[in-house]
Amino acid sequence: MSRFLKVAAVASAAVLALAACGGGDDDSSTGSSGGATVSEADVTAALEKGGTLTVWAWEPTLKDVVTKFQEKYPNVKVDLVNAGTGDKQYTALQNAIAAGKGVPDVGQIEYYALPQFAIGKALTDLKSYGAEALKADFNPGPWNSVNSGGGVYGLPMDSGPMALYYNKEVFDKYKIEVPKTWTEYLEAARKLHAADPKAYITNDTGDAGLTTSLIWQAGGKPYTVDGTNVTINFNDPGSQEFVKVWQALISEKLLAPVSSWSDGWFQGIGNGSIATVATGAWMPANFVTSAPAGSGKWRAAELPQWTAGANASAENGGSALSIMDKGANKELAYGFLKFANDGDGVQVRVDGGAFPATSKTLADPAWLADEFEYFAGQKANEIFAKSAQQVVTGWSYLPFQVYSNSVFNDTAGKAYVSNTTLADGLKAWQDQSAKYGNEQGFTVK
Amino acid sequence: MAVPQVAAPPPATRRVRRSHQGWKFVGPFMIVFALVFLAPIAYSIYLSLYRNRLIGGNAFVGLDNYTQALQDSQFWSGVGRVGLFLVVQVPIMLFLALLVALALDSGRLYGKSFFRVSIFLPYAVPAVVAALMWGFIYGSQFGLVGSINDALGISLPDPLKPSLILASIGNITTWQFVGYNMLIFFSALQVVPKSLYESAAIDGAGQLRIIRSIKLPAIRGALVIATIFSIIGSFQLFNEPAILRNLAPNAITTYFTPNFYAYSLTFSGQQINYSAAVAVIMAVITMIVAYVVQLRGTKDL
Amino acid sequence: MTTTSVQKPSARTSKPVTLSSKRPRRKGSILLTVLTALMAAYSLFPLAWLLINSTKTQDGLFSSFGLWFDDGKFALFSNIADTFTYNDGIYLRWLGNTALYVLVGAGGATFLALLAGYGLAKFDFVGKKAVFAIVIGAVAVPPTALAVPTFLMFSKMGLTNTPWAVIIPSLISPFGLYLMWTFAAQAVPTEMLEAARVDGAGEFRTLFKLAVPLLMPGLITTLLFTMVATMNNYFLPLIMLKNPDWYPLTVGLNSWNAQAATAGGEAVFNLVITGSLITVVLLLAAFLSLQRYWQSGLAAGSVKE
Repeated sequence: MSRFLKVAAVASAAVLALAACGGGDDDSSTGSSGGATVSEADVTAALEKGGTLTVWAWEPTLKDVVTKFQEKYPNVKVDLVNAGTGDKQYTALQNAIAAGKGVPDVGQIEYYALPQFAIGKALTDLKSYGAEALKADFNPGPWNSVNSGGGVYGLPMDSGPMALYYNKEVFDKYKIEVPKTWTEYLEAARKLHAADPKAYITNDTGDAGLTTSLIWQAGGKPYTVDGTNVTINFNDPGSQEFVKVWQALISEKLLAPVSSWSDGWFQGIGNGSIATVATGAWMPANFVTSAPAGSGKWRAAELPQWTAGANASAENGGSALSIMDKGANKELAYGFLKFANDGDGVQVRVDGGAFPATSKTLADPAWLADEFEYFAGQKANEIFAKSAQQVVTGWSYLPFQVYSNSVFNDTAGKAYVSNTTLADGLKAWQDQSAKYGNEQGFTVK
Repeated sequence: MAVPQVAAPPPATRRVRRSHQGWKFVGPFMIVFALVFLAPIAYSIYLSLYRNRLIGGNAFVGLDNYTQALQDSQFWSGVGRVGLFLVVQVPIMLFLALLVALALDSGRLYGKSFFRVSIFLPYAVPAVVAALMWGFIYGSQFGLVGSINDALGISLPDPLKPSLILASIGNITTWQFVGYNMLIFFSALQVVPKSLYESAAIDGAGQLRIIRSIKLPAIRGALVIATIFSIIGSFQLFNEPAILRNLAPNAITTYFTPNFYAYSLTFSGQQINYSAAVAVIMAVITMIVAYVVQLRGTKDL
Repeated sequence: MTTTSVQKPSARTSKPVTLSSKRPRRKGSILLTVLTALMAAYSLFPLAWLLINSTKTQDGLFSSFGLWFDDGKFALFSNIADTFTYNDGIYLRWLGNTALYVLVGAGGATFLALLAGYGLAKFDFVGKKAVFAIVIGAVAVPPTALAVPTFLMFSKMGLTNTPWAVIIPSLISPFGLYLMWTFAAQAVPTEMLEAARVDGAGEFRTLFKLAVPLLMPGLITTLLFTMVATMNNYFLPLIMLKNPDWYPLTVGLNSWNAQAATAGGEAVFNLVITGSLITVVLLLAAFLSLQRYWQSGLAAGSVKE
């Protein structure tokens, strides 16, 4: 019995210890969030002095950036950790923050998730480091994305101005014109699928990121955020434009029921049964390694327009590097951010095939003249650069977009596999997101 | 707790006098067990009484999370789904496992060790490969189902559509766990004294009769425990839906099973407190069902 | 009983083969074999996919039919070489980690289960009835919900991002406990233990010298189950470990699999598949080598009475 009691005692002691530290995340040590400013000299001094930086990121080209960085600042040791991709890493971040231990100095965060971390006070506002002065260095789309609630919560690393990638061989074979508008796109989808029942204009099994990006391009503003006051409304004209075309694509079974990034998807891109992909400018590098069979057959084009003759684009994907509020070495971390996203690191990343967020690169004639082997020598960067300048302004994501995107397929996804209409699906998505927002203490209308 | 003497093994003939000696042996297990199970469970129960929000912070809410969960239609739809799964898949899987175990034990099989290894092997396949493998097999565009359709000019139903997805998951689970349960039954059969049924055979009893009246009763403990672990496994169904979700995101919701729901609440929604309440309710349901099955199992056989 | 009965079991274990071969050998049944073969085919069919596709290049994976080889290109050996050299040979490191976790985790789990199962079967003590009920009750709690609390606890204890975070949770195998309990109750005669006590042998000495040989089949079965469980452990290491140098194979292979879905990430499905094949083959080897002990042990266990 005494042994059992001891066991019980150990267990309950552990619980009590935990209970005591359970609320550990509300004693936020908001040292640098608002107060003292940090000058450039402080940052340079920190870089000279050196130290160790932990960076959580999955972006592959950062490895070379770190090497260059350590060459330039030999006293700094950067510990680059791939703590998972996307939401896996966010989970790890949230866990570390909750535990109050093992929080990295710098984290890679996608634009759609950034407001959530910012409002959760997980990130350092870089205004006090003079980050606002860097505004002109970045393209407006990504710069807008790191601004949240009046603060600057990261420096843009990469961006995803959208383009339409298409399999020219397939288009030529069936004498289909590259669509200039989404209505033409729908026509092309019909024509292609009628000509070859095994071929589809594109694949889609319901993708929150694509849906929000296309609504963004259509000028829709389903989300408005003002502090903790949030509105969600998929009834606005932009969303309706999207619903009209996409509902037709779904109803007429013109979308391949293959999920993006599955091996079936890469196979379809390679063998011509998936004829287009509308996504961010970071895609070419993935084409090359994941669907080599399509090399030479594919081309990039401007994204089809919702209104004929318009010049609208949107961002899809892209991420920033942010400094964690609980990180230890903030001056040093800022030095790394500037190097990687605004300084010498940018060229290293561009050389590695990444798509930058800096305006200087987009104006660089050498970069614009790059010929893409996968696109049979096409100078695709010209298209991407143009797209980057045409991103519709004023878009914002929800401060709980990570959750919201996770339930997209529960709600709007029904439209892809049942008789539910896309409009009803989006309404269900809206309701589910609003419910969550209210539970989390936001006022959602 | 709810399940006393779960499938207590046949009592040993005689035991040592009551003493503390036993704790010397059970103690180390229980200390580690307390650390990796009891403490997190106690912590979860503590967490389930709070609610931490993005705006407004942490607050004690009493049993609010529990009342919310009990009225949560998403939670109950998940419970219903695993209930259905349990009633259909577990009997099929255990029956197949038992058949194979009896066949292996019968001594009338050619290539016994080959079969034993190959049927057990699926249990050893890492989930990441299982995902790629079944993605290929179930694929109606580029996968095996698609190829069969093309080759034979037929159109098989898409195994990943919402109405078939549970059956498709059941197939993967059966594939993976028949060997596991087979091995449990097989090793239980091995301990049954051979002399028992050899003398029965000499007395002229047929194989089926020997199975019914000697072998099955002898491995009753293993049957009951395998059933109970399978019930727990069904209620905790997670890996297989997680594997197929990438391919069939619309057929498998974030609340597809209660365990998946608890996962989504924690990892996508940061609702650790609510997730803990869901887990506690689910544990109680599981224990009740397991207890009932155990009572019936020991009565009927 | 006297000391002779104490020696007897070890005498039995030494010659299990003669004992089992004394049994009349039944004739093989074709029908039964065919039926079991169907079951084996069901089990092996998806693995055929694994085997076939491990011979393909990344390119060939997507351009050839899934259940047949890629014409002309047989890349199994280059895949194996690439698996071991990709990312500065991190696969080998993951393999080593997995071996460590399996050795310490599964070995420890089997050891703890042996002690506790034996204790439950052969001793009467206060709280005994509650032990298994508590274990089963705790297992009924969905593990995904316990992941974060466990993480927070381990983080406080400074265990996250160390091998201990993976090893300590794998030390508990409720099913192993049950198996060892059953086996100890059935295969170890209580009279034998009493005789040993009369002779003044210590409790632990009695267990290891006398009971363990009799418990071999149970030990091997438990070891097999805990090995596979440790090897396939994915969720907890994923949460606990941030440093790829400590990843087990499951988490490592998953990270290779996931990198195709990131901007600029390289698809290495061929290496994921080959790496998994190697994992399965190693497990198969472990199974086959354990099987030897298992059978002799089983025979030893089965001759009691």
